[in-house]
Amino acid sequence: MIEMQEVYKKYPNGVTAANGIDVKIKQGEFVYVVGPSGAGKSTFIKMMYREEKPTKGNILINGVNIGRLKGSKVPLLRRNIGVVFQDFKLLPTLTVYENVAFALEVIEEQPKYIKKRVMETLDLVGLKHKARMLPTELSGGEQQRVSIARSIVNSPKVMIADEPTGNLDPDTSWEIMNIFEEINTRGTTIVMATHNKEIVNTIRHRVIAIEGGQIVRDEQRGDYGYEN
Amino acid sequence: MFVTNREVITAMKIRTFNRHIRESVKSLGRNGWMTFASASAVTVTLLLVGVFFVIMMNLNKVATTIEEDVEIRVHIDVAATEQDQNLLKEKIERIVQVKSVTYSSKEQELENLIASLGEEGEAFKMFEQDNPLNDVFVIKTKDPLDTMKVAKQIEKFEYASKVKYGQGQIEKLFEFLKVSRNVGIALVVGLLFTAMFLISNTIKITIFSRRREIEIMKLVGATSWFIRWPFFLEGLWLGLLGAILPIALIATVYNYAFDFIQPKLEGHFIQVLEFNPFIYQVSGILILMGAFIGIWGSMMSIRKFLKV
Repeated sequence: MIEMQEVYKKYPNGVTAANGIDVKIKQGEFVYVVGPSGAGKSTFIKMMYREEKPTKGNILINGVNIGRLKGSKVPLLRRNIGVVFQDFKLLPTLTVYENVAFALEVIEEQPKYIKKRVMETLDLVGLKHKARMLPTELSGGEQQRVSIARSIVNSPKVMIADEPTGNLDPDTSWEIMNIFEEINTRGTTIVMATHNKEIVNTIRHRVIAIEGGQIVRDEQRGDYGYEN
Repeated sequence: MFVTNREVITAMKIRTFNRHIRESVKSLGRNGWMTFASASAVTVTLLLVGVFFVIMMNLNKVATTIEEDVEIRVHIDVAATEQDQNLLKEKIERIVQVKSVTYSSKEQELENLIASLGEEGEAFKMFEQDNPLNDVFVIKTKDPLDTMKVAKQIEKFEYASKVKYGQGQIEKLFEFLKVSRNVGIALVVGLLFTAMFLISNTIKITIFSRRREIEIMKLVGATSWFIRWPFFLEGLWLGLLGAILPIALIATVYNYAFDFIQPKLEGHFIQVLEFNPFIYQVSGILILMGAFIGIWGSMMSIRKFLKV
């Protein structure tokens, strides 16, 4: 499903963020990516949705080498990958419904389908009743749920989350994790970079630890392994 | 396959185009102040360009009428027979730059002279019996600027006793017209560039505040053109909005100015351009210019954010 072969990434400023990464992630897996700040977690994740290109090596997603993908094909890749961020990245001028519908409008879906699908997805994240509200009227946890709804509304096979609970209090973080679990159970691969020790040690999944741009540990049902 | 060609190639649906129009109009409202600032930049620019253009075109019109009034008068030697005259005419007509050669007899010349002097002309009537004037060929060149060259050539011909074209003044006039036209063009071009810079900066600020929107569109898989369209249309609306006021102002003022100036020019050979079609042409140009700078500014400023 997702495969990295001998991937290197050196930024123009000389920082090496990926130093020979080899990894395989199967369809339907749930993977935590852990490691100290500046170890290369973000680069690892960004290369998966082609926000960053590898300097060397291959990144295959379902057999397609996305490192070599033409710029014009990147949108098609993105439509099959949902991305969730620490800062939610919602449009403040659009309602909850519009923020989620945005992802389907962009790929020119039928209006009828958009309506049905957006409401289903909002239902899944428990925000159907707040569809007409603006993001600023919601709590942090609710905003993150909107962002999750947007990332999964067109049923991507992969979901990538960069510190999704970074801005949330512990209770809310657990709520978000429950939604992730639910999404994962439905067959979506989830790759999640996190600093949240409790979550990693409680909801056990595969753990990939990155330090100095290299994978230093890769365990099924691993633990966080760092002191916070 | 994960990434296929199928979806990329499908042409834009009408529904999508409607969405772009809707979005671009909505965003004009959402970014109220920025819309106002950008449209104002277009307005100021087009007003400057428009006023300048109107003045330039009228100066040009005046210059052209003056130029067209320039003619070469060849006095035919009194000794020339009819045959000699015809020969001279043929020779003049053979010069490539010559547009027309008109014969004017000395009787006609005297009449013209008397008519042009009015009452004082009466005194010349006594010459009717013994006309001291020459028969004349009046020559127009295809390009007024060739007047001097052609005149010099004709001077050498036999039986051309005197060649007159306003020696001295004509050269100065042409030089003046040439310089003022070039200065005018340079000013208009300079003004346009300043305007584009101004507008692209204003729009850049607008779009800088909306880079998040572009970022998210890219993230959820919008194609570059899908992202560009609303901005393209927004630029177009801004340009058109910005063109309304300059057109209205210029048309109104020109209307009054024309009514004021035209009667004073009555009887002179100088003319200004008629309101119709001139102001319609100017309006068309301003609309096109507004649309162009709006779109251009908009496209230039999102370019940076579109790089994948």
